[in-house]
Amino acid sequence: MNLRELTPSVIGILVRRGADFAAAEDAVQDALVEAVRAWPDEPPRDPKGWLVTVAWRRFLDATRSEAARRQREERVSEEPPAGRAPEADDTLQLYFLCAHPSLTAASAVALTLRAVGGLTTRQIAEAYLVPEATMAQRISRAKRIVSGVRLDQPGDVGTVLRVLYLVFNEGYSGDVDLAAEAIRLTRVLSSVIDHPEVRGLLALMLLHHARRAARVAADGSLVPLAAQDRGRWDTTVIAEGVTILQAALGQDRLGEFQAQTAIAALHADARQASETDWVQIVEWYDELLRLTDSPVVRLNRAVAVGEADGARAGLAALAGVDESVPRYTAVAAYLRERDGDLVAAARLYAEAAVKAPNLAERDHLTRQAARLNAARGSR
Amino acid sequence: MGKYLLLKHYRGAPAAVNDVPMEKWAPEEISAHIQYMNDFAARLEKSGEFVDGQALAPEGTFVRYDGEGRPPVTDGPFAETKDLIAGWMIIDVDSYERALELAGELSAAPGAGGKPIHEWLEVRPFLHMPPTVTE
Repeated sequence: MNLRELTPSVIGILVRRGADFAAAEDAVQDALVEAVRAWPDEPPRDPKGWLVTVAWRRFLDATRSEAARRQREERVSEEPPAGRAPEADDTLQLYFLCAHPSLTAASAVALTLRAVGGLTTRQIAEAYLVPEATMAQRISRAKRIVSGVRLDQPGDVGTVLRVLYLVFNEGYSGDVDLAAEAIRLTRVLSSVIDHPEVRGLLALMLLHHARRAARVAADGSLVPLAAQDRGRWDTTVIAEGVTILQAALGQDRLGEFQAQTAIAALHADARQASETDWVQIVEWYDELLRLTDSPVVRLNRAVAVGEADGARAGLAALAGVDESVPRYTAVAAYLRERDGDLVAAARLYAEAAVKAPNLAERDHLTRQAARLNAARGSR
Repeated sequence: MGKYLLLKHYRGAPAAVNDVPMEKWAPEEISAHIQYMNDFAARLEKSGEFVDGQALAPEGTFVRYDGEGRPPVTDGPFAETKDLIAGWMIIDVDSYERALELAGELSAAPGAGGKPIHEWLEVRPFLHMPPTVTE
């Protein structure tokens, strides 16, 4: 078992013994560091017991002052005896706490990666490209904010899912693969709570993860879905994602993530881009719109309509979308090109490149504009 | 969530409200200004939003490639360059609105007469990694 997987339950045990969350979390981090140092020479027979012992000792060391001790004893006497609450509940409560609505998105992400994921502050700082001191402050501030929250309050699973989705979407930089970490954390969550949207998000992550090798070309440029080498998609991971999605849909409580995943599954199902079932995809976008009415969904739906019913229909659908939505211009360029208006398409691709939110997309859009300009023989 | 560059111009930005060159301030006004900037950076570090802050020397040199086996050509410094960057701060914040709020605070640094300079700072978002979920 991976060392980090033990983190949430060890924190849970310390909290049940009377430690407050912030101190318990610090103590467990210390114990993890100690384990990395000591275990290679002396692997413990009971890794979790070892972590609990060492973390508890650290916690006692840190709160040794008399006042703190008295306070702790009072609290311990009010707590239910250890072992009463099942471990799964501890883990679930930690997810809720770390994604608490009083935290900003960045703080919730950082706290989740540390307290639930067991990553070090340095690893999180490297993954998000900020100085370690900044990340340390962000985490301790987040812990202060949630310090008054009782651990036995049920939370909103939706806030947890949004945090995990953010982690997944960050991809990977530094030595931590955040996408893989998000999948691991969502898997654990789905083992401690029976909720179709948790399954939906897990399936969504798996379906996107399965395409990872095909998404980026050797030179680092982005490969759009239609141009990906589908032979490089991981069919085992896709099959797992589809099975999980079907189980979720079978619970008959449709939500945003399940609908989004259904679309990803339809893409995964097509052995060639031309075999994509766009008509069904449009139906799922309609379903998504009923659930969220988000302008981003409207924009994606216009692309799907363009594929299902032709570029004219796509442009008509686009007319109802707010122009300020990110990637609006890129979609307009694509639909214009499909409609044969290469002059407008080239101009829109160039315009979209200027507005692109990341370098890979900007390069991709610039190449599209250059391709059309070259085809027209104008430079 | 995202990173933003707060760019401070020596020249090239619209004129500040309290537009008195620094060499005409009282020495204690200069000290107060520097203290404000340091406090601002320290506060951002505490809130977990600070990434980097640097100041640049005003004089720079233009350099370009001059062909195989030849040393690069240099030119300048140009005293009359229209746009001149004084320095920057990089922040990592939850929203664009938060970036604007912090830039506003930084622009309130005290200048001549101990009053806020109200200087114009340029806020530029970083391009970042493409997201994993794309459709």
